Amino acid sequence: MSDDKGRDFEVVNRSVPRRDGRAKVSGRALYVSDVKLPGMAYAKVLRSPYAHARIVSMDTSKAESRPGVYNVLRGDDLEGLNPYFGHAVKDHPLVAIDKVRYAGEPVAAVIAEDELTAYEALEFIHVEYEELPAVMEPQEALEPSAPLLHQREFEAGALRGFEGEVTAGRGTNLCQEHHIKWGDVDEAFAKAAAVVVAEYYFPMAYAYAMEPYVAIAEVGDQGVTIYSSAQHPFMVRHDLKTIFDMPVSQIRLIVPFVGGGYGSKSYTKIEPLVSACAWKARRPVKLQLSVEEAMLTTRGDDALTWMRTAVDADGKIIARQAKIYMNTGAYAENSPLVCEKSSNRCVGPYAIPNVQIDNQMVYTNTVPASSFRGFGCAQVTMAGESQIDELAAKIGMDPYEFRVHNAAQPKQEFFPGMRPFDGTLTQDLKIVADNLGWKEPLPDGHGRSIGCSASDAGAYPLTSTAVRVHADGSASLMIGSTELGQGSHTVLPQIVAEELGVPFDLVRVVSSDTAITPYDRSTGASRTTTLMGRAVQEASREAMEQMVRMAADVLGVKESEIATVRGGITCGEAKLTWSEVLTRYYRLPDGEVIGRAYIRKDGDFAQLPVFWEAASTGIEVSVDEETGKVTMEKLGTCGDVGLAINPALAEGQDIGAATTGMGIGMFEELEFDRNQLLNGNLLEYRLPRFSDMPRTVKLELVQNRDGVGPYGAKGGGEASLNSLPANIANAVYAATGARIRRAPLTPEKVWRAIRDARAARGENES
Amino acid sequence: MSKDRPALVELRFELNGKDVAVECEPQQTLSEVLRGRLNLTGAKISCEVQVCGACTVLVDALPVSSCTYLAYEAQGRSVTTIEGLEGRDRTLHPIQQCFIDEFAFQCGFCTPGMILSAKALLDDNPDPTDDEIIHHMDGNLCRCTGYVPILKAIRKAAAVMKEARG
Repeated sequence: MSDDKGRDFEVVNRSVPRRDGRAKVSGRALYVSDVKLPGMAYAKVLRSPYAHARIVSMDTSKAESRPGVYNVLRGDDLEGLNPYFGHAVKDHPLVAIDKVRYAGEPVAAVIAEDELTAYEALEFIHVEYEELPAVMEPQEALEPSAPLLHQREFEAGALRGFEGEVTAGRGTNLCQEHHIKWGDVDEAFAKAAAVVVAEYYFPMAYAYAMEPYVAIAEVGDQGVTIYSSAQHPFMVRHDLKTIFDMPVSQIRLIVPFVGGGYGSKSYTKIEPLVSACAWKARRPVKLQLSVEEAMLTTRGDDALTWMRTAVDADGKIIARQAKIYMNTGAYAENSPLVCEKSSNRCVGPYAIPNVQIDNQMVYTNTVPASSFRGFGCAQVTMAGESQIDELAAKIGMDPYEFRVHNAAQPKQEFFPGMRPFDGTLTQDLKIVADNLGWKEPLPDGHGRSIGCSASDAGAYPLTSTAVRVHADGSASLMIGSTELGQGSHTVLPQIVAEELGVPFDLVRVVSSDTAITPYDRSTGASRTTTLMGRAVQEASREAMEQMVRMAADVLGVKESEIATVRGGITCGEAKLTWSEVLTRYYRLPDGEVIGRAYIRKDGDFAQLPVFWEAASTGIEVSVDEETGKVTMEKLGTCGDVGLAINPALAEGQDIGAATTGMGIGMFEELEFDRNQLLNGNLLEYRLPRFSDMPRTVKLELVQNRDGVGPYGAKGGGEASLNSLPANIANAVYAATGARIRRAPLTPEKVWRAIRDARAARGENES
Repeated sequence: MSKDRPALVELRFELNGKDVAVECEPQQTLSEVLRGRLNLTGAKISCEVQVCGACTVLVDALPVSSCTYLAYEAQGRSVTTIEGLEGRDRTLHPIQQCFIDEFAFQCGFCTPGMILSAKALLDDNPDPTDDEIIHHMDGNLCRCTGYVPILKAIRKAAAVMKEARG
């Protein structure tokens, strides 16, 4: 393939090895967990045993007097700080103030000379609580008699990421609601040829970033400096600006390698707490959470979705209606945006003329929920893609054919007001169907399913970057995008190398330091390759434009007489590399030129979403009817990525996302026993392992260059998660005739459903 | 250090081919000594209950979870960490190279433990079947890759190591 000047790609669209490879296989890759600062103290957190309680009194004197303890941070001693944070709703105190709203909420932090001393001091803090009635389920929390979690009115965050009003803090437990309506659903359902109506559940899930949350803060004359595992350092900076009432120039977030994110490290987590500890103790403080504590910090939003979908006599979908209850837990975090996105994502990837979606995001006394890979789409696609198979069965149509018959078409504005569809679902579905051997006969006890999804992805387009081209011909790329493992430190310098014509190995990446790297809103919503990739491409081109002017100056010619070639310029007989241009311009073999780019909601990015993230996934399972155990035998994915800057990395995103989708579809769920998290550790929270993986995996990419990213690229990395839980429910149905509408499909649930299905068919239990 | 801390004990063992002596508290784990006292941060701490394998190191060629293995148990033994795998001429161990070649990691947090677990397998069983690899590696979690690229990397490393032996 070739670039927009007709030159064959040399660096882009190739699976070049990862830039961080050597560091990561040798143990030298630096994560915040590995960082120590001179004079650093350590914090440990005391957590609430109650889901909902008033803090009557707290005695920290014994803990404070222990040897090696510097301070104890408590909620009634934060004078001088604005202690509430939240980019969407400022409802989250950095440590509990007056009351606790979930079991596991931080109520105090001990700061000591080492971790063990801090940990041992926790048991010397005495807290008297007055327990309050707790509410754990969204529908119960909306009852007028339900205990109210938040008594205050909230200020909406300036960076909440959506245009609607914030509904939190109006005297109910409603955190946010979102409604979509076009056409007339009641009329459409009245005249439908067939309708399926049912309720579906998507569980509370834990992202398990292998590196638990960690941050180190220092508060000094220059302001606040924080080393953090945050995905979005610039968003965290904005929260800290408010907490400390400082300009953003005095808040510095530094993010080295991050040990997994998957959305769980997006937005602000422990940074306010650790920086308050550093402020109080007047020394650098490190707070390293355990996995158990990470499970008490953020989870994915669970969702109960009532949905009905109607078809006409030709098998065309004519209406869909959904009523969704989502559970944000004790604090809003990013759930208001999850509410909006999950509503939008009920529709695609089908063109439906009559739609009504009503979604309520509700506070409960559970662990706060926020972004998690899939971001609302996974929640409602469990409902949507299950229902598509149920409808196909009802009208006697093949579920693959039914999807192809109804899928949104390229350039179709299937969601009024949004960017027309920029993918090719029928092509994606066909690739997966062919790879699964869709029409081939299956052994007994096996079932297969196919699915697809399309998410309004890319978040908000606000991104900037700088490409510094040095006089020796090397380059430095300054990016605010964090390297979570997705490969941005490889993909983005590939673009610089392609544009400037310099070797890939000569492009250094400098990343994620808010004091140094230009602003990037976030690293999430699959946006980096598209938005930062485009910024990097434009900044490289802007650097070349400057170097063309410099070449005109040194050659004494007009700019128009200069032509750019890969790696430099020509002008008549003269041919100069970028290194020669800069060296002659500065009259020294040193110095640089800085190319810049700013992406905003304008031009190619004026219409949202930035792109539709589309994919198809298919699986084959075998089901042991005696035990209910489901085994995934085959997996096929097809990512509709426009152009893969690095195909191996793009495919790696697809299989990684599909594996998490398989986990949620088959075993993952945070379970509460009354008010307490029951399985808040990795012994009891079951994650996908080596032996769970299918033996046949076929990963493919469709590259039609139909995106607004560099060279037509679009993002990937979430879509193959979204359809997987429904894939599993549909394949289990195909194998056994048992329909299960609640993920995960654990062996017990499958066994019971098979028994019930047999009973319903009038078969005897064997 | 607080006054009510237990007395330090002296610990001697072989670390990546060199003898080391270090003082530690008797309750300290091997990962605390490696990461905290010897500044070898390659072994990562995640689950702390021997489920994830991120902290895996080799003790007398066998993989152990250094997050729960008492440092004192390493007394007189031979410990290999990820930092000990690279050759003196900075060439990577074939397993390390194959992990890069096969894109067998993303965030990298599981990688040191994965590579050491794989090394223990291949040193003991140079030509494993896929089933043997999967069985051996089932105690190492990865949330990024979906495991398939890791399986490929280990398979390839076995072939490379076999060829190197001739």
